[in-house]
Amino acid sequence: MSEFLDMGGYAMYVWPSYGLAFVILVANWVSPLLQRRRVLTDIARKLRREKREQK
Amino acid sequence: MGSPRYFYNVAGKMIPWFAISFLLTLIAGIYYGLFVAPPDYQQGESYRIMYIHVPAAWMSMFIYIVMAVAGLISLVWRIKITEITIISSASVGASFTFLALVTGSLWGKPMWGTWWVWDARLTSELLLLFLYLGIIALYSAIEDKRVAARAISILALVGVVNIPIIHYSVEWWNTLHQTSSVTMTGKQAMSTSMLIPLLLMGISFKLYYGAVVLMRARAEVLERDRNTRWVRELVEGEMK
Repeated sequence: MSEFLDMGGYAMYVWPSYGLAFVILVANWVSPLLQRRRVLTDIARKLRREKREQK
Repeated sequence: MGSPRYFYNVAGKMIPWFAISFLLTLIAGIYYGLFVAPPDYQQGESYRIMYIHVPAAWMSMFIYIVMAVAGLISLVWRIKITEITIISSASVGASFTFLALVTGSLWGKPMWGTWWVWDARLTSELLLLFLYLGIIALYSAIEDKRVAARAISILALVGVVNIPIIHYSVEWWNTLHQTSSVTMTGKQAMSTSMLIPLLLMGISFKLYYGAVVLMRARAEVLERDRNTRWVRELVEGEMK
């Protein structure tokens, strides 16, 4: 296992590459989800406020 | 077909398929790339960075071409959905460009002995990153999103000349960066055991882009159509 992790002495170059790829793939996946949720909550809050004003 | 509501629903149904096929090809690609493919006789294990670097570089160019085509369509026919496609692709395109540059540098250090060199391929890819960031900044700087979409369409089209420059830089100039070893035509320069994971990763990154651009486009559509009836109904439905 440790021989595998060592990557023939290139661990310091190979693993950061895979690590950065993982971070970028996760970040670009989560960010549109957060954006969509933020928009939905904004609209919901506006709708609730409009309903209160109509009463 | 072009109505935002129709797009919102169709995209919603497509995303899970993109997501599943992305994950399957990613797992297969990484498994083959790290465990099955043999070490390189010269570069040893360090060449495994290729399985991230090359697909990311392919994506950085592929996504920009999609944005330029969408830009042309938006300028000529002013279709809302294609305008939204441009901005929905920008940040994932910039991310893949950044990933290609960093993994290239991480691969260059052990192999070339330097993190960076002003080589034609590296410099034109760096220019591509600035183009992506320019498009993102330009879009957020303009208040009216229809005007902003026209502006980034023009910038995307102007910048597309950089794509062939990146691709052919290794042929035209005497670059430190190697020439392309994967060709669509003719005999492959790479052994199949090394080529399979590379193609798997290439496919998986494209499927990933499919899912992410649709997810971003759905959020953009909601934001743009926030005052329309269908968005109100959607939100009211979710509020219950």
